[in-house]
Amino acid sequence: MKKTATYHITVGASTRNLSVVREFVTEHTKAEGFSDTVVSDVCLAVDEAYTNIIKHAYKFDPTKKVEVDLEFDPEKVCVCLTDTGKSFDKSSYTVPDIPKQIKNKKRGGMGVFLIQKLMDRVDYKTRDSENEIKMYKKRETES
Amino acid sequence: MKNFKISHRTTSGYDILELEGELDAHTASQLEDALRQLINEDKANIIVNCRELDYIASAGLGVFMAYIEDVRGTGGDIKLTNMNEKVYSVFDLLGFPTLYDILEDERDAIEKFSSEA
Repeated sequence: MKKTATYHITVGASTRNLSVVREFVTEHTKAEGFSDTVVSDVCLAVDEAYTNIIKHAYKFDPTKKVEVDLEFDPEKVCVCLTDTGKSFDKSSYTVPDIPKQIKNKKRGGMGVFLIQKLMDRVDYKTRDSENEIKMYKKRETES
Repeated sequence: MKNFKISHRTTSGYDILELEGELDAHTASQLEDALRQLINEDKANIIVNCRELDYIASAGLGVFMAYIEDVRGTGGDIKLTNMNEKVYSVFDLLGFPTLYDILEDERDAIEKFSSEA
């Protein structure tokens, strides 16, 4: 096993690229020996984070770019998504009340919730004009 | 890009939507269009068969959230069937199994609809 490995892609902020990003994440996490369950969890978390950037940070402007970095070490994978759009205000986030949202025919807020459920640790950082979400998942899951 | 496909058929008077492929923020609008069309045609007993659905993100679940009240408001329901374990786990993480009928297969959904009639 390599001590560390890093992989990078830059994608335009379009939902058209969701499957490209998922394939990128799946290919490398599988190759690094992560279990199918962990690969699926990381893939969904990245999909949700990338979708949120497209929708909220860039308001569906496909000319904007998102950087996706994967970093593996013997214990874990770290996925980092970087954008230069509107930053995510974590303090305004509340856990979605699904029954209430169904009554009001509203959707949304589920992506952040899923990311937190699926990953072991999630850090948000905004520096200058760059926003970064770093999501960590251990190689072995405790079940 | 992976495909996402929806096909529509009717069985014993029930409208069945069969989903195939990957349902994400890009493909969710196709499901939205299909559901909206059924609702506009006053179809109330809808079964969504997920046998060939390989993947779902929250945008896909959002579509069910947005339309279930409309369908239930007319005395009908959207029942989901034949989910693989991976897809079910996403519904489960968000607490959907207590809010939606998620059944083993189409027959179970039809029986449930009949018993509710």
